[in-house]
Amino acid sequence: MSKSDPNAPKRLALITSKGTLDWAYPPFILASAAGAMDWEVGIFFTFYGLTLLKPQLTAAVSPLGNPAMPMKMPFGPEGFQNINWPMPNILMANVPGFESVATTLMKQTFHNKGVATIEELRQMCIEMDVRMIGCQMTMDVFGFKREDFIKECEIGGAATFLEYAADADVQLFI
Amino acid sequence: MTDVIKEDQVLDCSGMLCPMPVVKASKAMKELQSGQILKMVATDPGAPPDMEAWSRQTGNELLRSMQEDGKFVFFLRKK
Repeated sequence: MSKSDPNAPKRLALITSKGTLDWAYPPFILASAAGAMDWEVGIFFTFYGLTLLKPQLTAAVSPLGNPAMPMKMPFGPEGFQNINWPMPNILMANVPGFESVATTLMKQTFHNKGVATIEELRQMCIEMDVRMIGCQMTMDVFGFKREDFIKECEIGGAATFLEYAADADVQLFI
Repeated sequence: MTDVIKEDQVLDCSGMLCPMPVVKASKAMKELQSGQILKMVATDPGAPPDMEAWSRQTGNELLRSMQEDGKFVFFLRKK
């Protein structure tokens, strides 16, 4: 069985499973772009992705496990900014405090280049009525309560998402 | 010599990267009446293909896509 209503708008169904700054971007960028194209959008926030539904976003990024991360400085002359610092990943990933350095550098770089913040993109999604579903099981496992998340989201499980995704034209796991 | 298109509204998305040009254009179009024209300016090199896709998906016509003074300029007619 395909879509019940042939005149329904296109639908995008996303699963967001990661909560770091770098991985927070793809779902909110795709969701807001789809919303801008008048598509229906639903996002299922599960595992670490669930933290992206907290009122205060604290998403950070670590070089640990990201060996392809370019290491560039978001300040100084252009030539300096274009240097890709040859730091071994094993070193960056193990220096205490480097995660907050990397997070600051990434946020500053994104700001300089004109990329919206995660907060702005999420707000866009809310204004576009993107359906945001927080995973009940993840809440139970990590000890979260309904009040820990923004009021605009709903709470549901795998079946809730699958029912929505069954009628979607595009489904992605992020 | 191309015809001059008279816009009803101007939207400047200079300096913004994906997905903001399409998001802002979508918002601005919602404020317009059917048949009215939005002129959108952007600097994101990804904007030309994205605005074409946006136009196809939403049914709002992309009347013209051009470059002017190093910027990308789009004229969109609300369906």
